[in-house]
Amino acid sequence: MDKMPGWADAVLVPLISILLAALVSSLVILAIGESPIDAFGSMVEGALASSAGWGYTLYYATNFMFTGLAVSVAFHARLFNIGGEGQAMLGGLGVALMCLFIPWPHWSLAVIGSGLAAAAFGALWALIPAYLQAKRGSHIVITTIMFNFIAASLLNYVLVNMLRPDGAMEPSSGVFPPATQLPTFQDMFSTTDMVLFQRAPANVSFFIAVAACFVVWLLLWRTRLGYDIRSFGHNERAAKYAGINGVRITIIAMLISGALAGMMAVNSTQGEAERLLLNSSEGAGFIGIAVALMGRNHPLGVFLAALLFGFLYQGGAEVSFWTNIPVQIVIVMQALVILFTGALDNMVRTPLERVFLAFRRKEG
Amino acid sequence: MTLMQKFLGATATLALTAGAAFAEPALIYDLGGKFDKSFNEAAFNGAQQFAEATGGSFRDIELQSEAQREQALRRFAERGMNPVVTTGFSMSTPIANVAADYPDTKFVTIDGFVDPGAHPNVLSILFSEHEGSYLVGMMAAMASDSGTVGFIGGMDIPLIRRFACGYAQGVKAVNGDATVISNMTGTTPSAWNDPVKGSELTLAQISQGADVVYAAAGGTGIGVLQTAADQNILSVGVDSNQNYMQPGSVLTSMLKRVDVAVFESMSAGADLETGVKVLGLAEEGVGYSLDEYNASLVSDEMKAAVDAARASIISGDIAVHNYTTDDSCPVLDF
Repeated sequence: MDKMPGWADAVLVPLISILLAALVSSLVILAIGESPIDAFGSMVEGALASSAGWGYTLYYATNFMFTGLAVSVAFHARLFNIGGEGQAMLGGLGVALMCLFIPWPHWSLAVIGSGLAAAAFGALWALIPAYLQAKRGSHIVITTIMFNFIAASLLNYVLVNMLRPDGAMEPSSGVFPPATQLPTFQDMFSTTDMVLFQRAPANVSFFIAVAACFVVWLLLWRTRLGYDIRSFGHNERAAKYAGINGVRITIIAMLISGALAGMMAVNSTQGEAERLLLNSSEGAGFIGIAVALMGRNHPLGVFLAALLFGFLYQGGAEVSFWTNIPVQIVIVMQALVILFTGALDNMVRTPLERVFLAFRRKEG
Repeated sequence: MTLMQKFLGATATLALTAGAAFAEPALIYDLGGKFDKSFNEAAFNGAQQFAEATGGSFRDIELQSEAQREQALRRFAERGMNPVVTTGFSMSTPIANVAADYPDTKFVTIDGFVDPGAHPNVLSILFSEHEGSYLVGMMAAMASDSGTVGFIGGMDIPLIRRFACGYAQGVKAVNGDATVISNMTGTTPSAWNDPVKGSELTLAQISQGADVVYAAAGGTGIGVLQTAADQNILSVGVDSNQNYMQPGSVLTSMLKRVDVAVFESMSAGADLETGVKVLGLAEEGVGYSLDEYNASLVSDEMKAAVDAARASIISGDIAVHNYTTDDSCPVLDF
């Protein structure tokens, strides 16, 4: 049945895809007359060579873990949730309302409140497309992407007309009170002699994301609901025949998905910006799709893919800081990785499967 | 000025011989992008002038995400870049967050405001856009045959209302019966870069009788200027000198000398004086442009009137109301 061993599927295919992306990126960089070695050097150095660099890499990775998990859960029910962006924006609104209007005594209580609010707002934003899909058959791809635009407009309205401090030009809320600010890695891991993760935005919500990876794994592979979700995704008719309620599964899967996407805001809004910004989701909702595809919709894969994308984001920033490569080329580099690992997955997989099959025939 | 340049040239040569003693300045563009033909590009031009005049170099970056605002400030400060110049009001909160951590680095926020008492190493540069807009408003009213002129703003924020209010006051100073139509492109940052909507708004204002349109909308203005040229009416550019973009149709441009602000900040280097600097007509921070592309459109009479008004504003005989002082405009409703 299996054409190639599990390790090849999980490690070799993504690795070759990344190498191909790096190769094409090098050609692009050479074409504009810059050195690819300098570019990749500053990427690795800036993202991985110091604890501060890791602090940024993990900050981005936290965002991508939440949105990657969100896409994965929906995908197991064969629902393509591309509304992670909008759900994360609404999650940000939930976080902001919690932090601004409730006088929390300590961050540990605040993070529970804001996490629940973020999950609830994100889930509610996913509920309407889920209902329309389950009951009316409106395609979830169309409705979720439309809801991204509605979320952006709604957030803009709330920020400009309600949450913006008097006289401020920028559409953003006021700064959250100090009691709600989450401890960063610097606060947690630095000793008196050594400052680690200096001023990097990685914060306690990284551990929430890691816990979420584990909980999603438990849910999908160790509970009855997870079984229902996966069987519904594998074969809708067989699932119905087995007594699984399709409407219920569609809605529950989307609620979980939206809640996970919304929780991203705990990291970006409460952990980093400490105020609600108009584009606080920063495209992570869309990156989540690539993360889920690359991670094969498995929480462990999502975790690793999120780390890779965190590296790409932080490394990309370092490239624009210290080389003369313009930001547009950095985006091309990131897009090439997404293209090769996500969209062109089979381009690597199919020939590799043939190679493994050929080897096996020889052995047999 | 020339003495200053010689002095700086000398320091630059000295630095080349002495190694890395000469701090390199850095420039951070707002999310609108480096080549917007307007605000950010003016900052880039100023930095280029600095590089050419001193033989020095500078680092610049276009940001990709919100988290990079603070990161860019910190990374540049950590590498000893001085001063770190930023464009756009969105940078003022990040600067206020990081400035205390790098007391030896000077930060500059152009269009933003950071409390100088709390952060002594920050220079906030503000422009009196209402004064410059007043002058182009006078020119628009004198060039208009219909007695109706238009204003198209970018994002609806107090800063842009300041442009509109100054413009309307200039128009009314020439022709008390004139009508000023004012529209904003939107309420999100995308309003700075929406030439198509700029074009639609221009057509809408033309249908209401406007024959001169002033765009204070960043990249959106490209569509306004284009449509004005296509429909044979006049337009007024903003920030950079945009007269060349549609020769013979752009009446003038309201100059906001972001380039000068960047050039002077970078030239001062680590000795930059911090605090709050307001650049108005007197400081030549704002003004109107006159070159070969609009020479045929600006009559001697127009020029004389505007220059007289300019002198009166500088001397204080004409007080142009600044919208942001009380969030209201005596001659225009929003």
